[in-house]
Amino acid sequence: MFITKTEERILEGEEGEARRLAMKLLVAIGDAYEAKRMIKVRSAQISGVSYKTIGEPGLEFLEEFSSRGALATVRAMLNPAGMDLARWRELGVPEEFAQKQLEIMRCFRNMKIQPTCTCIPYFTEGSSLRGQHVAWAESSAVVFANSVLGAYTNREGGPTALASAILGKSPLYGMHLDEQRTPTHLVKVRCKLENDLDYGLLGYWIGGDVGSHIPRINSLHGAPSYDQLKALSASMAVSGSVPMFSMNKRADKREEHEAIDVDREELLKTHRALSSEKEFEHICLGCPHLSLKELRLIAHLVSGRKAMKKLWCFTSRHLRDAAEQHGYVGTIEQAGGKVVCDTCMVVSPIREMGIDGIVTNSCKAAHYLRSLNRVESCLISLKECIKYALA
Amino acid sequence: MHSRRLRMDGRGVVDGFGAGEAIVTRQAMSFFGGVNPRSGIVIETGHELEGRSISGKVLVFPRGKGSTVGSYVIYGLRKYGTAPAAIVNIETEPIIIGGCVLANIPLVDRLDKNPIEKIRSGDWVEVEGNIGSIWVTKGQLRTQLSKQ
Repeated sequence: MFITKTEERILEGEEGEARRLAMKLLVAIGDAYEAKRMIKVRSAQISGVSYKTIGEPGLEFLEEFSSRGALATVRAMLNPAGMDLARWRELGVPEEFAQKQLEIMRCFRNMKIQPTCTCIPYFTEGSSLRGQHVAWAESSAVVFANSVLGAYTNREGGPTALASAILGKSPLYGMHLDEQRTPTHLVKVRCKLENDLDYGLLGYWIGGDVGSHIPRINSLHGAPSYDQLKALSASMAVSGSVPMFSMNKRADKREEHEAIDVDREELLKTHRALSSEKEFEHICLGCPHLSLKELRLIAHLVSGRKAMKKLWCFTSRHLRDAAEQHGYVGTIEQAGGKVVCDTCMVVSPIREMGIDGIVTNSCKAAHYLRSLNRVESCLISLKECIKYALA
Repeated sequence: MHSRRLRMDGRGVVDGFGAGEAIVTRQAMSFFGGVNPRSGIVIETGHELEGRSISGKVLVFPRGKGSTVGSYVIYGLRKYGTAPAAIVNIETEPIIIGGCVLANIPLVDRLDKNPIEKIRSGDWVEVEGNIGSIWVTKGQLRTQLSKQ
């Protein structure tokens, strides 16, 4: 790839070891993908924050990298951490785990990366991202950003997003190029989607079918809400490595595709494969993190009632604060629920916290909890989850 | 003798020189949850290389898979002294590239011959990441040489 004089100087180490390593990484990726050059990015969103996922090697890397003077030069945000950074003791997070997690947070803080700790940075990023290039790592946010917000981002990893945060750049290839964003598969939805869970199941089915390609989804009845699109984006990025989808009614001129039909039968099959039939005592909502609207709905549903089971609602600290001001947090916690932030059921050490099965509306959580934690999930819609918690 | 040393040319993705005994698999590799960085042993259940060490070897596999946290595991292998000497892929991807950059492991892909077919575990492989070439000395020959 073409690199500028400035980039070359960085590569030669003239701006320090951390920037040299970050540039070496981005140039290696750029060369491998035949990128033309580097492009400036407006923000970076970094994955690999929880001690549960990155472990000792990740922590040691972050310590070494931050001690060599790595500093973010663009807006840099984080994916969820392994625990609520304020209430971890109350939630039963083991002490040793907590200390490691706090060390990780210290490394990120030293690099001037904001501890946003959320997988839905698009609900916090105030201004429009349409047409903007970013370097985001959270797979569900990548799909949402490309498909719903009209931003341009590749599916970054923890290290590449971190390098982009330091340099404010990303190699120009893949999803940064308009010609690479044309749908290749046409998905015709032949049934009515009833709720958030249906959108999740649809996404999971699509991802399994199209792999790393771009689907255009047709015949969605009505206009899906942001929350439904959030569920769709998340599950599509889990069963496949889909970078984006399109909801345009009309095909792009360049489009050539394979058509696939989805009926209720496919959604039921997906549900049977992902969901356990057992009933569990823990209800976990918020994968991806709950939006303010969803917190409002939950508060409305539990208002004045008492949860008979454990009800944990995961969101970002930013949205929890907003929900607190609206009184939603008070209502949910008076009903016996908990509004937990900075983390989620997937990246927290839930087995060590004594949980071996959950009830949730998230296909993404069901997928990862089974494969990474041997924790089973019973999948029902958000409203049914609340009903179950109150019964 | 040197005619038995097979050269393959491809693309140098991460620079540096590394040589070692080959360990070859036809299966994609996930380092996150798939390799223990402390021991350098493959732990993915059901993987062809399960239970085998990749330390000091030239690791040959088609491509990476799984979580991008895998890059940190590769860094961990270097940190704990259990890293492979070099990696050869059919077609590499960002998780492996990231790990090899952080850990200074030479990485080569897109060779003019299929490395999975041409290299056997136990062959001696030299990898030159700067130019993207590798040299393979067949296992038996090498054993003879080392006995002399």
